[in-house]
Amino acid sequence: MNYIYDLHRTMMEQKLILVYEGDFTQETTKSILAMAERNLDSSAEESSTKRKVFNVMVEALQNIVKHSSEQGLKAGSLISKSAIFMISKTDSHYCVMTGNPIPKNHKGELIDTLNLLNSKDKDGLKEMYKEIIKNSQISDKGGAGLGFVDMARKSGEKLEFLFAEMNEEYDFFCLKVNVPRDKE
Amino acid sequence: MDILNLEGAEDTPKIILDKKNGIFEISGRSLPEDSAEFYRPVLEWIEAYQASPNATTEFVFKLEYFNTASSKLILDVLSALEDIKGIKVIWCFHEDDEDMEEAGEEFSELVEIPFEFKTY
Repeated sequence: MNYIYDLHRTMMEQKLILVYEGDFTQETTKSILAMAERNLDSSAEESSTKRKVFNVMVEALQNIVKHSSEQGLKAGSLISKSAIFMISKTDSHYCVMTGNPIPKNHKGELIDTLNLLNSKDKDGLKEMYKEIIKNSQISDKGGAGLGFVDMARKSGEKLEFLFAEMNEEYDFFCLKVNVPRDKE
Repeated sequence: MDILNLEGAEDTPKIILDKKNGIFEISGRSLPEDSAEFYRPVLEWIEAYQASPNATTEFVFKLEYFNTASSKLILDVLSALEDIKGIKVIWCFHEDDEDMEEAGEEFSELVEIPFEFKTY
């Protein structure tokens, strides 16, 4: 049972304030948001920071909900249930982190999207957002293709990402969105 | 014309569309699981309203938060309002919420409707 203490220590070392591992639905999204909000409220965080963190959390969580339902159909519940969501808090930042399996054949497109976003400055991202919202249709997954753009805008920093090898078909997509804490 | 009255919830906004009393307002939080489905009755109501609108229509958005899937539908709502004579959008945002102010500015650049910005 050493892993209990190990996990606890990891969470302390990484300054994690919330970790959720499991099935992702709109209902779990609402519960996670409520818990994170209570945490932000009790730490008397600046309201602008709170709003940005909330914003990034919603997009990150709804991304997982959309993709896990898509893959749950294909690969059975084992894949859909294996996503993770966490938030850490340091002196300078909140970090919203997610990890979820993605089919290897989607990886290239995802990397291109994220690299494109990371190459844009504030105005570039704004233009991209307006362009997509004008021209896109809501996909059958319920997304408008705006989630990553919005996360990049609210963060104001580069999106960090990494793909960990899972098996022949899937990679584990890890995303870290940093939100700077406003200081009075 | 029937009043459209949707109670707000933790993930859906409160919506009142009341022609008789001249109240048109979307407020609160919007992050529904299926934004297209959620906003469908709103778009249908506006479509019906277009046929015989009031002389002036002040449509109030007082949103605390909306997700990106909702932003697409908000643009659809605004586009539906565009053809109504005497339409004006009142975009309300919390006084220290620059992101909500900017979101309103962006919407105002995407449609041909006069926007008035108000803080609360």
